[in-house]
Amino acid sequence: MVSAERTRADEAEQVVFHVHSVSKTYLTGAVPVLALRSIQLDLTAGEFVVFLGPSGSGKSTLLNILGGLDTPTSGDVRFRDHWLSEADDAGLTRFRREHVGFVFQFYNLIPSLTALENVALVTEIAERPMNPREALRLVGLTERENHFPSQLSGGEQQRVAIARAIAKQPDILLCDEPTGALDYPTGKLVLDVLASINAELHTLVAVITHNTAIAAMADRVIRLRSGEIVGITRNTRRARPEELVW
Amino acid sequence: MTALHRKLFRDLFHMKGQVAAIALVIACGVASFVTMRAMYRSLLRTQQSYYAGYRFADLFAELKRAPDSVAARLREIPGVRQVQSRVVMDVTLNVPGLSEPAVGRLLSLAPQQTGSLNALFLRRGRFADPTSSSEIVASEAFATANHLALGSRVEAVIQGRWQPLTIVGIALSPEYIYEIRGSGSIFPDNKRFGVLWMPTHALEAALDMDGAFNSVAIALEPRADEADVIARVDRILDPYGGLGAYGRADQISHRFISDEIAQNRVSATIIPAIFLAVAALLVHFAFSRLVTMQRPEIAVLKAFGYSNSQLAIHYLQFSLLAALGGYLLGCAVGWYYGIRIAAIYADFYRFPILIYQAEPHILLWAGILTIATAATGALGAARSAATLPPAEAMRPEMPPDFRPRLMDRFKVQWMHPAVRMTLRNIERRPWRALASAFAICASIMIVVVEFGMFDALNRIMTLQFRDAQREDVAVTLIEARSATARLELARLPGVIRSEPFRIVPVRLRHEHRWRKTALLGLAPNSEMRTMIDQHGRRQLLPGDGIVLSTALADILHITPGETLRVELLDGRRSSFSVTVSGTVDEILGTNAYMDLHALNRLLQEDRSISGALLQVDAAQQQKLYQTIKGLPAIAAVSIKEAELRSFTDTIHRSMTLSIGTLLVFAIIIAVGMIYNGARIALSERARELSTLRVLGFTRREITFILLAEQGLITLFALPFGFLAGYALCAALAAVMRTELYRIPLVVQPSSYAWGFLIVLLSAIVSGIFISRRIAHLDIVSVLKARE
Repeated sequence: MVSAERTRADEAEQVVFHVHSVSKTYLTGAVPVLALRSIQLDLTAGEFVVFLGPSGSGKSTLLNILGGLDTPTSGDVRFRDHWLSEADDAGLTRFRREHVGFVFQFYNLIPSLTALENVALVTEIAERPMNPREALRLVGLTERENHFPSQLSGGEQQRVAIARAIAKQPDILLCDEPTGALDYPTGKLVLDVLASINAELHTLVAVITHNTAIAAMADRVIRLRSGEIVGITRNTRRARPEELVW
Repeated sequence: MTALHRKLFRDLFHMKGQVAAIALVIACGVASFVTMRAMYRSLLRTQQSYYAGYRFADLFAELKRAPDSVAARLREIPGVRQVQSRVVMDVTLNVPGLSEPAVGRLLSLAPQQTGSLNALFLRRGRFADPTSSSEIVASEAFATANHLALGSRVEAVIQGRWQPLTIVGIALSPEYIYEIRGSGSIFPDNKRFGVLWMPTHALEAALDMDGAFNSVAIALEPRADEADVIARVDRILDPYGGLGAYGRADQISHRFISDEIAQNRVSATIIPAIFLAVAALLVHFAFSRLVTMQRPEIAVLKAFGYSNSQLAIHYLQFSLLAALGGYLLGCAVGWYYGIRIAAIYADFYRFPILIYQAEPHILLWAGILTIATAATGALGAARSAATLPPAEAMRPEMPPDFRPRLMDRFKVQWMHPAVRMTLRNIERRPWRALASAFAICASIMIVVVEFGMFDALNRIMTLQFRDAQREDVAVTLIEARSATARLELARLPGVIRSEPFRIVPVRLRHEHRWRKTALLGLAPNSEMRTMIDQHGRRQLLPGDGIVLSTALADILHITPGETLRVELLDGRRSSFSVTVSGTVDEILGTNAYMDLHALNRLLQEDRSISGALLQVDAAQQQKLYQTIKGLPAIAAVSIKEAELRSFTDTIHRSMTLSIGTLLVFAIIIAVGMIYNGARIALSERARELSTLRVLGFTRREITFILLAEQGLITLFALPFGFLAGYALCAALAAVMRTELYRIPLVVQPSSYAWGFLIVLLSAIVSGIFISRRIAHLDIVSVLKARE
């Protein structure tokens, strides 16, 4: 019993992401834009992290780098034994395919595929996927599996997107403003799904948002402004999604 | 099927209009390739196997008359494998059911068909009995045109006597696959000219040619030197009135077929190339736009670990699938047209059998071309899908980069905002506008060229049958007669006016170059036969000197003022020199003209004539024909009206199918391009157009704004299309310029008008399709959607 708890605690403390003095500069037009400045950050397995910050704070850029969608201009990013900052395109693709699930603000479902097929799109190329139907069941959409995105509400679409993201049983679930396009009750429903995924599958969940209320449900809250981390707070108690108010 | 494949099929179905346009244009390219390439191969194979199987001769020579022993001397020439002497004679025929007299070419039928050169393929009946003097084998084209069956009888004037001939067999000869009487004609007139084979013995007896021949066919050893054999044959036959030997290249039937085969080969390259180039452009535009629209989807797929190459393949598959549809349709249409066209060919070219066969390797090549087209077109789309960085794909596309450009340097404020928007759009993507213009240009060009060729044939018809040949009937006597014959001809029933002519076979020589032709002596200031150049300008015949057609002068490298040696080939061994007084750029043949009296003087004859050109009272035509049929002295009659009818018939028979097909093809190109252009513009500008709708523009107005871009491009393309059409006509006229005929360069305003109409029609059809799309434009959702 004790040993089991220790194992659990060790796992929780196991650092999966090392981000070391990461900077990112965009060259749009003549003026270089510094999106990230010397970011230092560690993320541990199974934790629920919320990145808070206004638009332009660099949180999306950081998420893209963590997800292997983008590479830093300088600095190191390591996921376990993957050196993301040095990986080439093929390496990043393999990293995403094997480890990452994404949830986007605008769901980004493939309009020409049904809910089930959108999920299958990912399970087909994953190494140890769950059954796509199981993923839809986890987000409570079993009876909507044959609907096309245009036939689903925003919340349902976002839940399909989450199902799609978790179906490959990723190590990390990266969510970019997952409730940004949703109304209040639907947004809470989606957060509830994220929380239960985190609890049941022990997936590291990173959510970026400018909605401060969501911070209450995180293990850690990381605040960004102008490309810098301006504060990291650890919640002693994680609020349940239904307790959140905004 | 993977989820990505489902996406592929659903997306394709969603853009079915554009996919259909692409597939149709590819189908046109594939169909034209399959039809023409297979036709080329079929004709070539048929020709070769027919020639080999029926021993088509390598050399031919005509002469006045030589004893059979001369043939034995020809056999001794090194390189000669086989010699077949024969008797050939053109005679007047009375064909049942044909009011005017026809010309029959009597040819001796070798007693033993096996092993003989130019062997007959017996379609029906049997070979004539070698001992019979009235049995003949008729050519199939002639028999079919005149509804002659086995047992039908025709009458021929042989040596001044009517001789009834019974058809016992209907056959084909490799020598008369294209059965025309001689140079100066383009199309066969099977009703009024036919080849009849008579047993050698009977023919020799009838023509008083016992133990003699006046024509010879020669087969060569495989590696014989043709030019050398020709020279030796000429030396042997010279004393017997040899008209000069010639190879297959100058054999008229062979020449026409070979030209046709060569043309098929060229068109099997050019026409499919035009269609496939347009198809590649359509693929490029349609799928580049698709990739732009699917940026977020590409981002998601990449985010979840789909690799760049998987995405590149995914977008290549779009175009490959669209192309596959076009390929299958194209093969089916090509096969169907091949059969239709083979049937038309079978009408002109009489082969024992002409099987149109689209061989597997042709279909394979068509497939390779299709894949190459689809892949080339989709390369840009696939590349941008592959190289799009996922983080960037996540962000919406940068707003279109509108900057003040060339147009804005001028004062454009007076322009309607819609026009300004349109112009700026075109200016921003000049290459796309140019490519659209290219496709529309190609469409117009196809129409203009097709009708331009029609114009050219009409011009040939007008020049030849109205301006040059003004007589109604031309009568040729068996042998040159004294001037009194002219009076007799003038007294024939219904003759209003008659003009004598003299025609002599000659060899024209200038320095080391020479050419055989017929020298025509015309009455001074002839009203019945005039020399007309390609542009319809009349040239007068000078009292002295010789006038050559430009084609002939070019062959001889001679210019007016220089002296030409004229060697008579009518049995006399004499020759004389004459000054070239002018050239005339004629449409048909390689002709030489002189004043009748000047010619008579040089021939040292007293006003002898070979025949007369007659102007006839239409009311008495039938009576005249009846009388002519009964005149033994007359060798041949040509009736202009009948020739003209046959010519027009032929044009319509042969060109209706190709004009119809190419018009449909041109419409497909134009609609494909205009519709696709408008569809892409609609997708790019949906937000802008919705905004305009919200601001109070009507649906009609925004349809106009959308179509204005395509309209301007079309307008821009029009003159270039006309120019390209004219240029291609000029190129074709230059390429198709042969010794037998010249294609005049005439493109009537109506042909340009057709080009314009086709494009206009295509624009209207595209407009209708697009306006239905605009009707379904959901303004609110477009504006709410993320850019």
